[in-house]
Amino acid sequence: MTPQDDRPVSPASDGGTPPTRRQTKDAARQDEVRLENAAETAGGELPPPAVPATAAGIGAGPGPEAGLMQRIMTGNALVAFLSVVLSLILGGLLIAVTDQDVARASSYFFSRPQDTLGAAWTAASSAYFALFQGSVFNFEGDTFTRMVYPLTQTLTVATPLICAGLGVALAFRAGLFNIGAQGQILIGATFAGWIGFTLHLPVGVHLLLVILAGMVGGAVWAGLVGLLKARTGAHEVILTIMFNYIATNLVLYFLSTPAFQRPGSTNPISPQLDASALYPPLLGPAFRLHWGFVVAVLATIFVWWLLNRSTIGFELRAVGANASAARTAGVNVSKGYILAMAIAGALAGLAGVAQVSGTEKVLTSGVAASFGFDAITVALLGRSSPWGTFAAGILFGAFRAGGVAMQASTGTSIDIVLVVQSLIVLFIAAPPLVRALFRLPAPGATRAGKGSAPTRTPASTGAAA
Amino acid sequence: MKLELIGITKRFGSLVANDSIDLVVEPGQVHSLLGENGAGKSTLMNVLYGLYDPTEGEILVNDEPVTFKGPGDAMAAGIGMVHQHFMLVPVFTVAENVALGNEATKAGGMLNLQTTRTRIRQISDQYGFDVDPDAVVEDLPVGVQQRVEIIKALVRDAEVLILDEPTAVLTPKETDELLGIMAQLKADGKSIVFISHKLREVKAVSDVITVVRRGKVVGTADPSAPTTELASLMVGRSVSLTLDKKPATPGEVTFRVRDLTVQAANGQRVVDGLSFDVAQGEILAVAGVQGNGQTELTEAIMGLQDHVTGSITLDGNELVGRKVKDIIRAGVGFVPEDRSVEGLVGTFSVAENLILNRYDDAPFAKGLSMSPSAIDKNADEKIAEYDVRTQSASAAAGTLSGGNQQKVVMAREFSRPLKLFIASQPTRGVDVGSIEFLHRRIVAERDGGTPVIIVSTELDEVLELADRIAVLYRGRLMGIVPGTVSRDVLGLMMAGMPADEALAQAHDVQGGNL
Repeated sequence: MTPQDDRPVSPASDGGTPPTRRQTKDAARQDEVRLENAAETAGGELPPPAVPATAAGIGAGPGPEAGLMQRIMTGNALVAFLSVVLSLILGGLLIAVTDQDVARASSYFFSRPQDTLGAAWTAASSAYFALFQGSVFNFEGDTFTRMVYPLTQTLTVATPLICAGLGVALAFRAGLFNIGAQGQILIGATFAGWIGFTLHLPVGVHLLLVILAGMVGGAVWAGLVGLLKARTGAHEVILTIMFNYIATNLVLYFLSTPAFQRPGSTNPISPQLDASALYPPLLGPAFRLHWGFVVAVLATIFVWWLLNRSTIGFELRAVGANASAARTAGVNVSKGYILAMAIAGALAGLAGVAQVSGTEKVLTSGVAASFGFDAITVALLGRSSPWGTFAAGILFGAFRAGGVAMQASTGTSIDIVLVVQSLIVLFIAAPPLVRALFRLPAPGATRAGKGSAPTRTPASTGAAA
Repeated sequence: MKLELIGITKRFGSLVANDSIDLVVEPGQVHSLLGENGAGKSTLMNVLYGLYDPTEGEILVNDEPVTFKGPGDAMAAGIGMVHQHFMLVPVFTVAENVALGNEATKAGGMLNLQTTRTRIRQISDQYGFDVDPDAVVEDLPVGVQQRVEIIKALVRDAEVLILDEPTAVLTPKETDELLGIMAQLKADGKSIVFISHKLREVKAVSDVITVVRRGKVVGTADPSAPTTELASLMVGRSVSLTLDKKPATPGEVTFRVRDLTVQAANGQRVVDGLSFDVAQGEILAVAGVQGNGQTELTEAIMGLQDHVTGSITLDGNELVGRKVKDIIRAGVGFVPEDRSVEGLVGTFSVAENLILNRYDDAPFAKGLSMSPSAIDKNADEKIAEYDVRTQSASAAAGTLSGGNQQKVVMAREFSRPLKLFIASQPTRGVDVGSIEFLHRRIVAERDGGTPVIIVSTELDEVLELADRIAVLYRGRLMGIVPGTVSRDVLGLMMAGMPADEALAQAHDVQGGNL
């Protein structure tokens, strides 16, 4: 094989150009289909077709870019798991390299290498032990409450991550790459917060209204994106990014108006929400875990039902997997986009509610922290499935909760957690790398470099010819 | 150059795509490889072209064993391949495309295309290709693009040319030209491996025919062997190539199209003032060269086109301006042209695809909630009834062969009572065995009293199924002729001649011959 074989495959460069526009389109589609096969074969999701060059096409994605996103977002579970393992190993190395004791021991590395290695092991293992202790179970706790407190913290942090992650995952299944969870959380939190501190209603009714307002806020904000995409064809990635900026600044502006600003304060902070507007603690006042977590579990069940058992989910999945087939089958694709975004926004709005009436209890411009962006990672790690997203949300919750404890007890910077999170994304986006590192066979491959050769035929020959 | 494949076996995991295949290509010979889609023809050629390593077996060139690590090695050994889908850069000129991969350079790394241009002119003159080296590829018709691919191989001194389903994308005229070129190349001492599943072409051009079925060579045949014999060898059982269909008994006219015009986004009229009727119990075939408005016509009927004017009525109800879903509910069954793009969701299961446009109807859904048991039951029934070869009802539809995918689409459309059935290219990319089955189902639907519209670019199919034939040329109707009309008349109409002129001319020619 020539070195050119490793060039990125682009459908534009290998498609034939038959005479009519229609045929050109068809040829491009077919190439796309083959490329998709190629990548999926490389990703090991499907056994390679017996006769790749003539095998009839697997349903094409909406486009090459969307096809790529689809593969990344719905990748292999094993790869996702190994990505986490790999990231933790690399994170451990990083901890060791940046550790003071290790640096000291390495100054006489050649005389006593075991000191350096020992110190490195100690640094990494104690940091991860602290991470575990801070996120799951505290062995040093003197009461049961203190022992399980870290786990409840993890679940508390996981709550907004799960809700917003579900929103990203659901939109993705409908073929929409929703980067806008951050803005949707903020607007949801704003709606919910305003109801929470402005209205004074009886217990029960007030909280319900707050939850509803949060969902409506997120749904409207995201629904607008869906509407713009459906009506004008604007790309949802650009739209949601811009909507994030607008939302951030809008909230800042609101917090400077009398309707939102805390009386007597010049800071951009709202009054405290009424007690009746807050999620009650789930396990009593000793823990911060609130009923929002139960809402997150219910949301996960709902999304599972919606995607797998409802006609709406069927439509959304069809639109996401093959919009033109969905259209031919009588599905209103525009409506699908709007609906998918609105539901995704409502879920992100729930994350906003979890923040404003669960943990923060006031509305500030920082109420969403970086949950909206972490939600993308969570959905990615969860392969866009409801329960996968749930599990990934809890893992990321543990990282966040445990990271604080790790920094406090071992001095390892909490930034290492961010590095690990980023590495996870990196590995998930590059399944062949993970496969190569763990020597996983790419099914059907005859030699390592040819893992994707069978169906990349067009590109290879194009380049070599 | 003599090329020999000895005992080639290629396995993908547990799947045996090629099972100890022997093949000898003598110099100056057209050797046809005949087999259904999925028989292993292309895998074999990819082994030969260095794209796959054979699991077992060896390749001999002029009695010397060789191993190809990639297409580069194969080309160096004198093997050239013309893929079914061309490997050309559309925005490059012919010369640039031909040079790509072994560009000659001047001092300073500047591209030197002059030698390539000269070579192209030389080859073009020698074989009468009529290819301008400076034409941009995307402006060329498909037939000429294919010649560019052949030139690419010849410039690299190919002695053996592999043509992978070369006629699939060509019009009948271009096909004849290609067959002529193949004869010239052969006369010049080149060997050609011709891969096809079209029996007529194979018979017309071959010296030797090797038939492949399920990865094995099942026999060699002489080109003079009868078509039915070749077909049954290819499919593995006897097939009847002619459909015994009863004469149509047209009933009431329930489907009417009046002054239908469809405008493309650029304002061009892709369908231009069509009017026609289809009666219950008859098949109207819409013939024409690909891209003359057939696609837009079917999509307009289904409500999938914007900018439609005119009238389409079914049982007196206007369809123009209604939603796709309403048109489906009104009883229009539709098999779209490209099943993998419009007909199926490849990542969905077969069961889900079987209800793709009925997912919200009883018994598959009650309110918003879908019923998996009803969906599975439906799938089991349809898979049995239509003999869909799939691992299970939950297998992704995209993993099925073309014929089986088409069976899924047809099974879905026929599973509800229809008032109109439209099928676009119903058997494109479908193996011979399945074609027979699908054609029977279509005729059965007609006999059940449904008006049927078939759009096909394959004349064989049109003549086989049609009770009446409408020919489209540049979006306009050239006329509607009886299903018994001759190929010549259809050919003239497809080239833009109105029906009465075409009939008269064909009659004159015949008269002149007599």
